[in-house]
Amino acid sequence: MRLKTFRGGVHPPDCKDRTRDLPIRRAALPARVIIPLGGGGKARLRPLVEPGRRVLTGEKIAEGEGARAVPVHASISGAVSLIGETPVPYGGTAPAVEIEGDGRDEKAWEGTGIPDPVRAAPSEIIARIREAGIVGLGGAEFPAHVKLSPPPGRTIGHVIINGAECEPYLTADDRLMRERPGDVVAGARLLMRATGAARATVGIESNKREAREAVAAAARAFPEIEAVLVEVKYPQGAEKQLIRALLGREVPSGGLPADVGVVVQNAGTAVAVWEACALGKPLYERVVTVSGPSVREPANLLVRIGTTFADLLAQCGGLAPDAALLIMGGPMMGIAQWTAEVPVVKGTSGIIALPSRGIPAERPCIRCGLCLTVCPMGLSPSLIRRAAERGAWEIAERYGVLDCMECGACAYVCTTSRGQVQHYKRAKMEIGKRGKR
Amino acid sequence: MSERVFILAPGPHVGTGDSVARVMWRVNIALLPALAWGVWSFGPAALALTAACVASCMAVEALVELLFGRAITVRDGSAVVTGLLLAFNLPPGAPLWFAPVGALVAIAVAKLAFGGLGFNIFNPALAARAFLMASYPARMTSWRPYGAWDAVSAATPLGILKERLDLPLPSYADLFLGRVGGCIGETSALLLLAGAVLLLAGRDITWHTPASFLGALAGMSLLVGADPLLAVLAGGAVLGAFYMATDMVTAPLSGGGRLVFGAGCGIITAVIRRWGGYPEGVCYSILLMNAFTPLIDRCTQPRRFGSRRGRG
Repeated sequence: MRLKTFRGGVHPPDCKDRTRDLPIRRAALPARVIIPLGGGGKARLRPLVEPGRRVLTGEKIAEGEGARAVPVHASISGAVSLIGETPVPYGGTAPAVEIEGDGRDEKAWEGTGIPDPVRAAPSEIIARIREAGIVGLGGAEFPAHVKLSPPPGRTIGHVIINGAECEPYLTADDRLMRERPGDVVAGARLLMRATGAARATVGIESNKREAREAVAAAARAFPEIEAVLVEVKYPQGAEKQLIRALLGREVPSGGLPADVGVVVQNAGTAVAVWEACALGKPLYERVVTVSGPSVREPANLLVRIGTTFADLLAQCGGLAPDAALLIMGGPMMGIAQWTAEVPVVKGTSGIIALPSRGIPAERPCIRCGLCLTVCPMGLSPSLIRRAAERGAWEIAERYGVLDCMECGACAYVCTTSRGQVQHYKRAKMEIGKRGKR
Repeated sequence: MSERVFILAPGPHVGTGDSVARVMWRVNIALLPALAWGVWSFGPAALALTAACVASCMAVEALVELLFGRAITVRDGSAVVTGLLLAFNLPPGAPLWFAPVGALVAIAVAKLAFGGLGFNIFNPALAARAFLMASYPARMTSWRPYGAWDAVSAATPLGILKERLDLPLPSYADLFLGRVGGCIGETSALLLLAGAVLLLAGRDITWHTPASFLGALAGMSLLVGADPLLAVLAGGAVLGAFYMATDMVTAPLSGGGRLVFGAGCGIITAVIRRWGGYPEGVCYSILLMNAFTPLIDRCTQPRRFGSRRGRG
């Protein structure tokens, strides 16, 4: 049978062999964590602690105003040592709370779960999710509770659990689905309860058959939940592409999944939702794949938020001398880091170290048209790039640059440029500026 | 480890590793079987003319870029492609000095004056052929029969049709294998197809352009009362459909656009052959359609995700 998928896309080598069979290992409890209060375009959070204050694991240390603000929690017990600007993995710097650990890992949340969460009121589940600081763990860090409260007039009929994990190297979700399929399914049930959805589908790329088997087995008692294999193709894990693959529905241009009655949450997010509701555990740790050809001993680690990349790399045998690129996330959409002294954040699905691939000259587009065949949004990247190169922002907009999700499939196949995504980012920024004038 | 500093680069951080040069050299390799056939059919003079065309194109590109202080791009192989295609479009008996003249038009005028590879509107080799055809019509239409290594005049199949000469037409098999007279690189459909298979497999060309070109040519020929199979196999249709109408830079981007482009080429070719002043129309049809490429691109964008239509 042909696997479900979307139109376009690319097939980079999946490079998952080095970590796919390594069970999730608990990383060493960090002696110090750095927990950012912003960055990556998110709202600044207001710290609730001051230097010298003792905090417990899972204690809320900052929160913000506005519907989209999500609190953050201490990930170790200890004392706040500093609140100041620090490099963050989104790029640039942001204020952050630094905690010196006491090594005791005393937890603030134990015994605070809802006794029977699956029967809790939807509003209570959503409030718990927000209070636990849950955001999308696939990388984008979109607040989970916002997606669960669709705009007026939209009803959610279907929850999709995103277990595609289409980025090369990453195996964090794969391991989570194989090792804790019951929690993934339990999280899916809570998300259905919260949204009123009648069905849930876990979408998993076909290079993770064990994960699908495990989730399907865990969901056997729940006929409304199924685990479905989808084609191995990047960007299969993009929200709109996964909805298209699984349900055949297309989210309208400029629209949201709620417009087609769907909510998509990452598999790791589903587990975090279960933990928040059933155990009362806030989101202060996550699974991170540390891999790449320049990492000596790749691993899937359960990591406290705020642990530095350097700390984790040291636990993975250190970097090979050829390491030149340090990426947060996967190699397709991940963000390059200049230093390893940045902290793991909620969206850190992977830490990938790669050797340099040289700096080639950018050449003019030769119009081979490959980018049109791989663009999952059906755009003409070649024409958008041309328009952006000469500052013709209206033309870039007419060619649909605002629909671009910056997946980089075009740049992956391009023979003339690796910098296409920059052009699209710039065009979007310029168009945004005009709109506000 | 804390002092270590890494490279900041935009994603994606991996790629296929393919480059312009690799694409161009794959095209050059795909042209070799047809070149070998041209030399086998028409003798060392064909090889000398081809070598002269390639060398001239490379020299003109390097000289012009040197003159204007631009980066030298000869190593990307695109000038070699132009040189080969220019030679493929010349009669085997054409004088050697056609090579530098053609190269000047192809590279200096049609390619570099428009901004170099990626910006040229017209296929450089065809622009040169059109120039030579207009300037030296007699020399551009004096042919050698298949297998004649010395100057012997003969008519091509299309010439026989055009001039209504009382000469036997070659068999379909001879046309397909290339046992006929014609331009250096256009005669053997079989060997041109062999190279095209490589390009199709490597995704350097797509099926759209050649399919619609040859399909429209056959259909239109039928409409005007010509033999459709002969129309496809004789002259430069196969060379044009697989190697020149597919020129990335000067043809549309999308599959739909390429279907329109190819169909236009096929129809115009049939019309020129039937009513035009020349027996062959492939070169002019492609050049004409080149001019429509930006318009076709605008009207044939792929369907956008989440919308009914692709048009911006």
